[in-house]
Amino acid sequence: MTDLAHIRNFAIIAHIDHGKSTLADRMIELCGGLERREMTAQVLDSMEIERERGITIKAQTVRLDYQAPDGEHYVLNLVDTPGHVDFAYEVSRSLAACEGSLLVVDASQGVEAQTLANTYQAVENDHEIIPVLNKIDLSAAEPERIKQQIEDVIGIDASGALPISAKTGEGVTEVLSALVQRLPAPTGEREAPLKALLVDSWYDPYLGVVVLVRVHDGVLTKRMAVRMMATEALHEIERVGVFTPKTTMVEQLGPGEIGFITASIKDVADCRIGDTITEQRRPTAEALPGFQPSVPVVFCGLFPIDAADYDRLRESLAKLRLNDASFVHDPETSPALGFGFRCGFLGLLHLEIVQERLSREFDLDLVATAPSVIYRVALGSGERIELHNPADMPDPTKIRAIEEPWIKATVLVPDDYLGPVLALCEEKRGEQLDLTYAGSRAMVVYRLPLNEVVFDFYDRLKSCSRGYASFDYQLDDYRESELVKVGILINGEPVDALSMIVHRNQAEGRGRAICLRLKELIPRQLFKIAVQAAIGGKIIARETVSAMRKDVTAKCYGGDVSRKRKLLDRQKRGKKRMRQFGNVEIPQEAFLAALKMGEK
Amino acid sequence: MGAAEAAEYVADRGRLAVYIHWPFCRSKCPYCDFNSHVREAVDAARWRAALLRELDHFATQLPGRLVTSVFFGGGTPSLMEPQIAAALIERIANHWSVADDLEVTLEANPTSSEAANFRAFRAAGVNRISLGVQALDDAALRLLGREHDRAEATRAIALAQRVAPRTTFDLIYARPGQTLAAWRAELDEALAIAEGHLSLYQLTIEKGTPFHALQRAGSLALPPEDQAAAFFEVTQDVTERAGLAAYEISNHAAPGQECRHNLSYWRYEDYLGVGPGAHGRLSVARAGGEPALMAIRNHAKPETWLEAVQRDSHGNAETHALARDERVEEMLMMGLRLGEGVSLARFRERTGLSFERAVPPARLARLLEAGFLEMSEGALRTTPKGRAVLNTLLAELLT
Ligand SMILES: Nc1nc2c(ncn2[C@@H]2O[C@H](COP(=O)(O)OP(=O)(O)OP(=O)(O)O)[C@@H](O)[C@H]2O)c(=O)[nH]1
Ligand SMILES: C[S@@+](CC[C@H](N)C(=O)[O-])C[C@H]1O[C@@H](n2cnc3c(N)ncnc32)[C@H](O)[C@@H]1O
Ligand code: SF4
Ligand SMILES: [Mg+2]
Repeated sequence: MTDLAHIRNFAIIAHIDHGKSTLADRMIELCGGLERREMTAQVLDSMEIERERGITIKAQTVRLDYQAPDGEHYVLNLVDTPGHVDFAYEVSRSLAACEGSLLVVDASQGVEAQTLANTYQAVENDHEIIPVLNKIDLSAAEPERIKQQIEDVIGIDASGALPISAKTGEGVTEVLSALVQRLPAPTGEREAPLKALLVDSWYDPYLGVVVLVRVHDGVLTKRMAVRMMATEALHEIERVGVFTPKTTMVEQLGPGEIGFITASIKDVADCRIGDTITEQRRPTAEALPGFQPSVPVVFCGLFPIDAADYDRLRESLAKLRLNDASFVHDPETSPALGFGFRCGFLGLLHLEIVQERLSREFDLDLVATAPSVIYRVALGSGERIELHNPADMPDPTKIRAIEEPWIKATVLVPDDYLGPVLALCEEKRGEQLDLTYAGSRAMVVYRLPLNEVVFDFYDRLKSCSRGYASFDYQLDDYRESELVKVGILINGEPVDALSMIVHRNQAEGRGRAICLRLKELIPRQLFKIAVQAAIGGKIIARETVSAMRKDVTAKCYGGDVSRKRKLLDRQKRGKKRMRQFGNVEIPQEAFLAALKMGEK
Repeated sequence: MGAAEAAEYVADRGRLAVYIHWPFCRSKCPYCDFNSHVREAVDAARWRAALLRELDHFATQLPGRLVTSVFFGGGTPSLMEPQIAAALIERIANHWSVADDLEVTLEANPTSSEAANFRAFRAAGVNRISLGVQALDDAALRLLGREHDRAEATRAIALAQRVAPRTTFDLIYARPGQTLAAWRAELDEALAIAEGHLSLYQLTIEKGTPFHALQRAGSLALPPEDQAAAFFEVTQDVTERAGLAAYEISNHAAPGQECRHNLSYWRYEDYLGVGPGAHGRLSVARAGGEPALMAIRNHAKPETWLEAVQRDSHGNAETHALARDERVEEMLMMGLRLGEGVSLARFRERTGLSFERAVPPARLARLLEAGFLEMSEGALRTTPKGRAVLNTLLAELLT
């Protein structure tokens, strides 16, 4: 246990890819947390998918043993956070466990949307902030200009910003001593009743459910009987430890310290993030303020391509949830796609990552329906419902009003590309709130319907700014809107999985696009097939798949009837994978392909 | 199977079509996936002995049959020494009684060296020659990797027509680069030459052939579906007007000139297969048990078959009694290719099942109503529209 004056807790925050994890690498190295041969680049990004994509998804905490130039030993608890907006929640709870932040800004790129968003969060958490200008080894780096930009755009004092290269290690020693000198030590009462923040929890195959805690008052020890104040769950602590980054067991954690515990906790879902842990025998009077639980904002259906994989999908989702309690799933049945799950995510990247982990780690072939947001529907009957699956939309005649979620979006973009960005925001039904310049950089704040953002906003923003625009958003409020459900009909039968909720003005265009796509994807059959898009009973687009004209084996292979039977069997097997719509059967593959193309 | 049904079911016994496979070719055509092989040398004596031996073996198992047709297929049976064909035909006549109008077909390639043997084959008992002409255009013949040219082919046809009472030849159409107009002209020419019978096959790309590889590499394209349909429709029209209507998907004949042997396949009658890769469908009375329709498949690889025959007197790789639903499928698959369709009475005889019970009535009704099938005079048949999409139609009917 370390005395408070020799502890510093800090989060490394930045826009995506500005070098947080690389800076963490250098600090771990300098403090001897890992030996050189044990190091890899971004060593804290331990998930396969993090390594592959080169991004941090899960915040990681490391306890470092730092010997200051004056010979004093300090315990540094470093929290490396993700930069992507979908994982802002990881950042917010990491900040709650620390007293200060290292704000990393790529000196060749400057302030981006998440630089701004994360700094404001740090300020809200009363953090002392040390700006760090990274990547000064690059010739494009302009540390002085960026320093000014930090002051202009974010409005914090950057005079003490430290120029570094996380890649070469230049300047990192200075960062370590600045941490000790400039960040406040944590406070807390050793003798007081235990008061610890439940920062995070996840499932570890060796340790079981692991709970990350930040002790504020008192001391956490092995075998202590503790109580989670919100859930009122009682547990006996089995193990206490820290990550150096290696998992290292310790006897106890005192005030100001960050570490982990394990107890007889079966399910990660039993731990409420933000809960206060106290000693059962001598509880603290008042719980910590905690924080809001994360809420899924984007929903989609996940269906196994092979119906036989349904059980495996269910088990895999349950296993994934052990590590990632931020997504939700409920069973869903679709006539077009069979049995699957309706899942909720923090954003599109989160959705993509969960989907990819399912296919990679669990070897599942899946199809996802188009992402949807949560709509609030007021019915004529006075009832209000929350809708996150277009298939569940009540009949239009029963609806009094529909509200959709809006966000407040901040876009930072070089002013050369401002025009197209503004045009995009307008097209997406946006309302401009603010437009400011800092040098040649513009900052635009727009209110936008989330529904438009999950459709294709990211991709469009990237292409219209050649990748130079950065984007951050927060949920704002719900607003009534002219929304309609566009249903897709095949020979008059609705295909639930392809229905979508869109603004009335976009209904026709989207309906037509999907009909055209299906026309290309549906193989010809004996009978012609009508593909239509409709709002309620009104058809807004129509395409026809003409009837098959030729499919017959030319050659008679003597008396080899078996050979022909094989062909027939293949065709019959194909039919088993067909979905019946009215009097035609459509191969499931056509729907899958239609949905896949929708992602583009 | 009930006793009454069983009795009807074996009633087919009696007639027999005999197929004999000669598995060798001079070279392998790039589109072909028949059981054909190129060998430096073929030990004629050994092959002759083995074919006879397998024939003898079956003869003991199939006493009392009336042989209605013999078909030498390949591969290229015209490469075989005519004496081998003579010996086989003679042996068949020794084992069984043969029909007065016995049809004996020889598949032949139209190269001049093979044509030189036509008379000898005729002397051996062959009375129908089927020539693999494939195209009447030199460039197309080269594309198809054939060893003959147009002139050789027409000479071979003329010779065959002089030598044999009945002849026919094969053409492959909808070839890469072929236009509809060009095919129409070629077809007119073929009809002018043909005497009573033509086989017209739309090019099929078979897995594992060089053409398949080319197709996958994108350097060989078949016409898209609508175009393929147009080729097929033109072929039906033109031949019909010339008096050589299709009696099967790809086979055209003047009335009475149909290939009786192939009709046996399509009518799902008993046939015996001798030689590598040959197939048979034989109804047999099993000792103490129910009679059964046996499916027999021979080893395909020539050497494997040869060794098996020398060891066991037969080259069967697989023999099994066909289950009722297999018989239903096979009979419909074959019979619906024919203009005459499937006789409902024979369907019952052969499968032991009434047609109404074999096929879901609702599906049948729908396909009849939509004009893909028609039922009259005790037979179910495809309409021209249905015949063009038979594969899909069968899947629809049989699932
Ligand atoms: N040239 C140069 N490249 C750097 C430096 N620091 C980081 N990088 C590179 O920048 C990229 C992103 O680095 P990360 O450390 O993964 O960035 P991050 O901020 O942790 O990214 P997220 O966790 O995904 O938000 C990697 O390719 C690094 O090698 C630096 O000082 N100089
Ligand atoms: C067993 S082969 C003929 C035998 C003989 N060796 C010959 O090639 O002349 C029967 C016929 O099938 C046809 N055929 C073979 N392969 C084909 C393919 N891939 N597509 C269409 N017809 C084919 C040819 O017309 C060929 O003449
Ligand atoms: S098409 Fe005829 S000649 Fe060519 S390989 Fe096939 S069987 Fe032999
Ligand atoms: Mg990172």
